Amino acid sequence: MVKKLPKVDAVIVGSGWAGGIAAAELTKAGHKVVILERGRDKKHEDFMGTKDELRYSKRYDLMQDLNKETITSRNSLDKKALPVRSNSKARLGNNTGGAGVHWNGMSFRWLPYDFEIYSKTVERYGEEKIPKESTMQDWGITYDELEPYYDKYEKTAGISGEENPIGPPRSDKYPNPPLKETPTIRLFKKATTDLGYHPYHMPSANLSQAYVNPDGEKLNGCVYCAFCEEYGCDFGAKADPIGTVLATARKTGNLELRNGSNVTRVSHDGKRATGLVYTDTMTGEEFEQPADIVVLAGFVFTNTKLLLVSKIGTPYNPKTGQGIIGKNFTGHFNNLSTYIGARGFFEDKKFNNFMGTGALGATIDDFSGDNEDHSDLKFLHGYEVHYGQLGTRPIANNQVPEGTPAWGKEFKKQSLKYANRNLFVTAQSGFLPNKDTYMDLDPTYKDSLGNPLLRVTVKYSEQDRERAKAGVARCAEIMKEMGADTMNVDVVEDDVEFDHKFYTDHFFGGAIMGESPKNSAVNTYSQMWEMENLFVVGGSSFPHNSNYNPTGTIGAFAYRAAEGMNKYLKQGGLLTQVELKENA
Amino acid sequence: MSDNNPKDSASGEQQKQQDMSRRKFLKNSGLVAGGLVGGSLFGGLLTNSFDSKKEQKVEEHKDALIDVQEAMQFFTRHQDFLVLMAATEQIYPEDEHGPGAIKLGVPYYIDKQLAGRWGINGRDYRHGPYTAVLDESDQSAGPAGEQSILDRGDIFIHGLRKLDEESQKRFSTTFDKAEEDQQIQILQDFDDDKVKMNGLAASEFFALLIQSTLEGAYSDPLYGGNRNMEGWKMKEFPGAQTSYAGYIDQDEFIKLQPISLRDYQGH
Repeated sequence: MVKKLPKVDAVIVGSGWAGGIAAAELTKAGHKVVILERGRDKKHEDFMGTKDELRYSKRYDLMQDLNKETITSRNSLDKKALPVRSNSKARLGNNTGGAGVHWNGMSFRWLPYDFEIYSKTVERYGEEKIPKESTMQDWGITYDELEPYYDKYEKTAGISGEENPIGPPRSDKYPNPPLKETPTIRLFKKATTDLGYHPYHMPSANLSQAYVNPDGEKLNGCVYCAFCEEYGCDFGAKADPIGTVLATARKTGNLELRNGSNVTRVSHDGKRATGLVYTDTMTGEEFEQPADIVVLAGFVFTNTKLLLVSKIGTPYNPKTGQGIIGKNFTGHFNNLSTYIGARGFFEDKKFNNFMGTGALGATIDDFSGDNEDHSDLKFLHGYEVHYGQLGTRPIANNQVPEGTPAWGKEFKKQSLKYANRNLFVTAQSGFLPNKDTYMDLDPTYKDSLGNPLLRVTVKYSEQDRERAKAGVARCAEIMKEMGADTMNVDVVEDDVEFDHKFYTDHFFGGAIMGESPKNSAVNTYSQMWEMENLFVVGGSSFPHNSNYNPTGTIGAFAYRAAEGMNKYLKQGGLLTQVELKENA
Repeated sequence: MSDNNPKDSASGEQQKQQDMSRRKFLKNSGLVAGGLVGGSLFGGLLTNSFDSKKEQKVEEHKDALIDVQEAMQFFTRHQDFLVLMAATEQIYPEDEHGPGAIKLGVPYYIDKQLAGRWGINGRDYRHGPYTAVLDESDQSAGPAGEQSILDRGDIFIHGLRKLDEESQKRFSTTFDKAEEDQQIQILQDFDDDKVKMNGLAASEFFALLIQSTLEGAYSDPLYGGNRNMEGWKMKEFPGAQTSYAGYIDQDEFIKLQPISLRDYQGH
């Protein structure tokens, strides 16, 4: 028996950046909002004194508890998918603030090329440059149209950054100066400058100084304690939804954040969403929360599964290419598009590797997106090469030169010797969508409530391997210039396949945006074409993955979606179509 | 009732006396010297020698703390624990840099972890069908026995006994009593999957063993390993420091006294 609750203006799944931004903007406009969050209540107090590598980096204390729900994975259509059973392969956000709590804080803008990737590729290289298996498409929006929302997100989060010498135009500078420069960052910047590239500090949500954001929320300056990724900040010095947008929404008195509420489906009449059905994780009781607008702002997997289970939209079929829900799954994959590069070992230098913060480091954009000419390259899109000083922790970091055994006397000796005598330069590359990489419901495995798990199929293409190889070669070039005595350079094998690791939390697609319902599930306000009072917000709306970390772009699109929600509550209708009429 | 509830301080004092008398018992016990309990098990504690009376007092207090924490929560057979000690010590041996796995408390760390949520895969998805033998073309689906129906506790008991069985078969002695090069040979064969285990690959057990040994060497001492932060000291990792804001832009390598969570959290 589902108990029906009193109706509110908006009900939102998830309290991460996407849900938090929507809640802040809706409540500021006077709307009553309920956020349904399946995880626990978290405050900044919960993160004090949590510099515990075992608990947070090895036992994944802040991540989604997979014993209740996970995904299944396979790396080609002909295989049986197996469940991702352990957090060592899936670090998914959970609890109040979602993945926005445990992130590193890297906050890039994506490129003008990204949003118009299809037309710009055709324009520069001709249609034949686009590979057969590719399902890449324009997003239905330009960088210039998105720019004000980037600016808004960066000001909310207090992003600390340095002007990117070859970056896209900005309407304003970063709200805070860049983080400190360290000896190793200087080394990277010098080497890349000497090679003719254009290094700059990575834009960071670890704040370089104390800051008050436009909503009046106070953030502290970072102390470089080196416990960022996988941790909540000990000092309130990393922008997260708890200390910014959720706090802003709470101040209005219009927000109710209901923890322990596991949303299982969207209730609807085929034309309009009527609310969300959820299970109270404390009692097992089922409730329906009706609302005028319904917002799915969970992770990619949550949003896609809810659409599929609720039978909204047409599921994508890889055999026919028809349908849209689940299409264009992309990501940053461990053995292909991130965490690979060149590790240098230094005999005569010692670095303070254990100091750092999540987004401290420098990068170059010379090979990002379409910044280099791809005419003679076997791939489209590119890679950014960065050195990051996150702070190395001792359980995870036992780096030894190639050929050293992985255990025993020699291992111990070398891993101790090089603990503070190694540096890593990594290439993060884009991943273009293809017809065989998608999501649907698993035929076998179920979650703790008896609903099917989401099944993810990931197929690498030749283009993806070639792009990764080029990125790794660039890392080696830079590391050599940095003066390493010896190097471990990762090898991208010709037959490398997806290794079922959903470790980066950078995953996209399933309810992608576009300029028309023919090739997309939502418009650029994240509004469902087929159900106009349903907004599906977050990485699920991205038609492909760039070579940058995604949070800045998720934040920007969430602000645009929130603007759309407020507009919709006032006037109704499909927002992009209304806009077209207004501009006509 | 109130008689059975002495004040906290009295209770603490009583506990301390019990610990001390246990130490005394062990020292006097012929069982220890005779190796029935296992010389190496308690040896690290009993052979401490002290330079001054003051140090002795501090050290005795620490030893008492370690004493009460070092008993088996998970393992039941002493032989399993002896094999665990020998295997972890080979993975992370004592050398000129400092203590190995045993002196760092790694075997007890592992015992404690297996007794808790990690040992029963409490946060993992645990619904069938399970897969003992992975698709040849797709081995990455199950590192460290992930797709196995066995939980980590099962895997450890199964793996440690297999180490002993191999040692008996090859060298007619238990693993812990085999020579160093014999132990290394067996471990290497587990690493290389030259030994067949039932329910998972030998290399998957071995990966778990390496992972947990390193965790025990380098996790905060609160978990029972990294005793006296010796693991961190060897690695020049300073633990839970509040801030590096004053150091991070400097060129020199900074050596700091490590701080444990007990000190950092300050309660």
